[in-house]
Amino acid sequence: MNVSGNEKMSRRTFLDYLMGFGLLAWLGAVLYPIVEYLKVPKQTEAAPSSVVAGLTKDFKPNEGKVFRFGNEPAILIDTPDGKLKAFSAVCTHLQCTVQYRPDMEKIWCACHGGVYDLNGRNIAGPPPRPLQEYKVVVKGDDIIVSKS
Amino acid sequence: MNNESKLMRWFNKRYDLSPFEHFAKEKKVPDFKGSFWYYFGGVSLFLFIVQVVTGILLLMYYQPGAQTAYESVRFIVTKVEFGWLIRSIHSWSANLMILSVFIHMFSVYFTKAFRTPRELTWYSGFLLMSLTLVFGFSGYLLPWNTLSYFATKVGTEIVGVVPVVGIPLMEILRNGSDVTTATLTRFFGLHVAVLPAVFTVVLGIHLLFIQVQGISEPESWKDIPESKKNHIPFFPNFVLRDVLLWLIVLNVLAILAVYFPWELGHKADPFASAPAGIKPEWYFLFMFESLKFLPSKFLGLDGEVVGVMFFGLAGLLWFLIPLWDSRTPKGSRNKIINYVGIAVVLYIIILTTIGAR
Ligand code: FES
Repeated sequence: MNVSGNEKMSRRTFLDYLMGFGLLAWLGAVLYPIVEYLKVPKQTEAAPSSVVAGLTKDFKPNEGKVFRFGNEPAILIDTPDGKLKAFSAVCTHLQCTVQYRPDMEKIWCACHGGVYDLNGRNIAGPPPRPLQEYKVVVKGDDIIVSKS
Repeated sequence: MNNESKLMRWFNKRYDLSPFEHFAKEKKVPDFKGSFWYYFGGVSLFLFIVQVVTGILLLMYYQPGAQTAYESVRFIVTKVEFGWLIRSIHSWSANLMILSVFIHMFSVYFTKAFRTPRELTWYSGFLLMSLTLVFGFSGYLLPWNTLSYFATKVGTEIVGVVPVVGIPLMEILRNGSDVTTATLTRFFGLHVAVLPAVFTVVLGIHLLFIQVQGISEPESWKDIPESKKNHIPFFPNFVLRDVLLWLIVLNVLAILAVYFPWELGHKADPFASAPAGIKPEWYFLFMFESLKFLPSKFLGLDGEVVGVMFFGLAGLLWFLIPLWDSRTPKGSRNKIINYVGIAVVLYIIILTTIGAR
């Protein structure tokens, strides 16, 4: 008697598990393609390794300009003592685009007031890391910026 | 009157309406000096309806896309008859709705209406509030102007800060690793299809809970006899007052929309510096402002990781009050709840004011 009762129970539980498992598998089969669909396909877009950022005649000391480097903004600065410097313009805090502040002679981010010096070092505010520096070469009139 | 009853008779012959009639007759609302706060749930509902109507109207012209999003909104506000009005109402109503939802939430909190048996109403309400904020965040980007571009960049970057799931979630939200016009497409879908559908269902459940259980009585009624409690009938008294308030809100909305039309700003340029004075919508300001005060490193973690964890935890605790309010089962007074609530309100008000300067 007891045995058959147990058997009945376990058959029931077994079926419950089977059902539960089937339901889960079904849910997975529905959700998996949806989640995968929402993931963005990888596009292999060759990022250029160097770009012409501007012409020397357009720059004066103590001035900065944001330009396009592949898919990202970068910043070219003519420092107060006339040196050309280039950095990624993407703030290391939360990715706002930085700007050059002639009044501070520093690189400044408007979003949360992050400040970088002219070597790209984060010196005030929330940014956790320095800006990535790029190499600058002048060829004729062209200012060429490249990832070093 | 005669016509109405004829109509009723027509329906009654086909469907049994008596449960509804009975319900409308029996339903009553507690009347006491704090009952004013009861109306903000209704006001939120009204503003949601305004959002649906004006949103559908905006859909008739709006086109997401790099070359069209900003331009189509400009077209709406400059060329389309009353387009400026519809857009202005949509923006103002969104903001008022968030304000009203916040007031509603805090009034439920302070009157302890989240206690047994109404925990599920609180949970569904919290969900609705979260959805409202996502509505606001996703809608903000759609005109594709400079402010909204950078606000979205920062906002989605913060999602990326969350451990483990952050980065994949951020990429799904952004439709790529950066905020681009592809993000716009995704936010558009979210704002006009996913959110309205989900919101409507949750709203339905929320309202159902309230109808089934009735409106909660104030704490001070615990120890007074049934005969001393004042009620007003839900129908028509409460409904009439509600409608009156809705009319007032509509007027306020119209005045704001006409005299302070919502600005469009400049078209977003992903290759320009973030302009000075950039800030998110006011309802995110207190969190945004907190980020500014966090040091870049805190206990070896990045400042914003700490911030996100702090607000995540605070939100979770807020959501779960019915569980940690130890007096919930007994329904007796719990002063700690009030102190926590007052601290939260003060924190939000102070940081928002600092941020708004
Ligand atoms: S994004 Fe630059 S300081 Fe926050």
